[in-house]
Amino acid sequence: METRGTRIGLGVATVAVIAFLWLPLLLIMAYAFNSSTIQSWPISGFTLHWFREAWHDPEVRRSVELSLKVGLAATAIALVLGTAAAAAIYRFRFFGREAVSFLLLLPIALPGIITGMALNSFFNFGGVQLSMWTIVAGHATFCVVIVYNNVLARLRRSSPSLIEASMDLGADGWQTFRWVIWPALSTALVAGGLLAFALSFDEVIVTTFTAGAQTTLPIVNAIVFVVILATVIPVTIAQRLTGDTGVLRRGAAASKAAAAATGGGAV
Amino acid sequence: MAVEERIEQSPERAAEPSGTPDVRLERVTKRFDDVVAVDDLSLEIERGSFFALLGPSGCGKTTTLRMIGGFEEPSAGVIYLGDHEVSGTPPYKRDVNTVFQSYALFPHLSIFENVAFGLRRKGTRGGNLKGKVEEMLDLVQLSGYGRRKPRQLSGGQQQRVALARALVNSPRVLLLDEPLGALDLKLRKEMQLFIKRLQHDVGITFIHVTHDQEEAMTMADRIAVMNRGKIEQLGGPDDLYERPQTAFVAGFLGISNLLTGEVSGRDTVRLGDGTTIRVRADALDGRSGRVAVGIRPEKIRPDDQDPNALQGVVRERAYIGVSTQYIVETRYGNVTVVVLNDRPGSIPHSPGDHLTLSWDPEATFILDPMEEPA
Repeated sequence: METRGTRIGLGVATVAVIAFLWLPLLLIMAYAFNSSTIQSWPISGFTLHWFREAWHDPEVRRSVELSLKVGLAATAIALVLGTAAAAAIYRFRFFGREAVSFLLLLPIALPGIITGMALNSFFNFGGVQLSMWTIVAGHATFCVVIVYNNVLARLRRSSPSLIEASMDLGADGWQTFRWVIWPALSTALVAGGLLAFALSFDEVIVTTFTAGAQTTLPIVNAIVFVVILATVIPVTIAQRLTGDTGVLRRGAAASKAAAAATGGGAV
Repeated sequence: MAVEERIEQSPERAAEPSGTPDVRLERVTKRFDDVVAVDDLSLEIERGSFFALLGPSGCGKTTTLRMIGGFEEPSAGVIYLGDHEVSGTPPYKRDVNTVFQSYALFPHLSIFENVAFGLRRKGTRGGNLKGKVEEMLDLVQLSGYGRRKPRQLSGGQQQRVALARALVNSPRVLLLDEPLGALDLKLRKEMQLFIKRLQHDVGITFIHVTHDQEEAMTMADRIAVMNRGKIEQLGGPDDLYERPQTAFVAGFLGISNLLTGEVSGRDTVRLGDGTTIRVRADALDGRSGRVAVGIRPEKIRPDDQDPNALQGVVRERAYIGVSTQYIVETRYGNVTVVVLNDRPGSIPHSPGDHLTLSWDPEATFILDPMEEPA
């Protein structure tokens, strides 16, 4: 049993960490409505001007469109490869299984800049023209992990006897997939997809805007506001999906922790 | 309840000559890598019987069940369901259904849909489906629970859903894989009687796997005691208990006292010190040489009313409520005696008391002497 002191201590530490993570974001979100071009607190007046400006800025529009395209493409790739990888790791024992599992997880541990540089030199070496598809490939490396993790966690907490029960009750392989495996995995796939998309979407923005850091135009704040919403909303939905409609009630806590861990990387 | 009418026999099953066993295993062996789980096992299970496979963990009972269900294929030997050989037939084409140890209810489906799952795969629809599922839920005393999800039910209720989900398909054989393991003792006792009554009502062959000898004896008509992939003995609960043929069976089904001696006549055995005791002649069955004479603790009386008598000193006493168990030290080792507490008043014997023990020769069984009970 923890004492009153540790409870209070833990509470303070938790609030401090959350504040550390979220206060800067909230500050930028507030600046998005600042009527002054100078970022200073308190904000001098309320305006939606920067949103209008951002909406009409062709460069920003192109960035957002590209982000969407890349995010969707990377998510699609991640869903297919991540699910296949999770199924293989879960179902089969093969040579190099642990190594494959480790390699799949590595991209989220590596700083984005390392992955970026490595891929860049690889593309150069291979003579591949940099394009939207090379960005998609780069993003897919870490999006696959998200889907893989979600699906594997779901598979691990589904009872293997469910498949046997289905076969026992007269369902062949396809029917078992349709009526038992798919319903069990669907929320994990949607959650994994949303998280992967969120991760990909804000990765582009971070990359783009860290490159042009010297021009801190206030429209950046407006864009950041939109981007934060675009990442927080899917992550929240993903967390709810894995938490509430999970296969087993007692697995919900574990899945929430997993969603929080992966979500933490995305925001 | 006229439940028999509800369970329709498939035409193919009805056409079989009566007396065809529902399940037949012929010299079945199952190897996992270099471990032999089931070793050259042959078995016939009569139609409509409640059959138990009983044994310690790792004895091959679950593997045997899984081979009948189609979840494992035998390494050698043949399995028949009725007169059909089913080797290589996948589970979804076999006329058997299983109640799994963990119940394996589909968590995303309602109770109704769980029970309807097998019928839907066979193309049953509409009112027919609804009627069958509701009848079955009624049979397991869960009418009105159809809309709930499995996680909203207690362990005992989930267990009954698992039974309904399997039985609604009116299979030739129902396989039960330690279905009561997760329940607490009181509920387990209730479910034992419930399942036994259910089997009697539906008339389907049940094959029940358990490591609990009391459970097997309560529920089954016939029991195969398994050890190391083989059947040690097959018989009714009373056969196995009163006339065990191996030390393993004697030891697995309750406590037994074993006295070693030399056969000295048609129905007598001479113990080490020359005392002659009388045994059942048909148990001795013309044996000679050294044998072990077995007597169940409750067959021994703490007085000299019966022909065979031994002197001893009470060493330990345990009051169990319905009975009292004594450990009595004799010249041939410790003897366990169980005395029913059927008289009001105090328990008659205390540690240190000298006691005469006696038993009826008819209450004995004979084993090979070298084996020790497991």
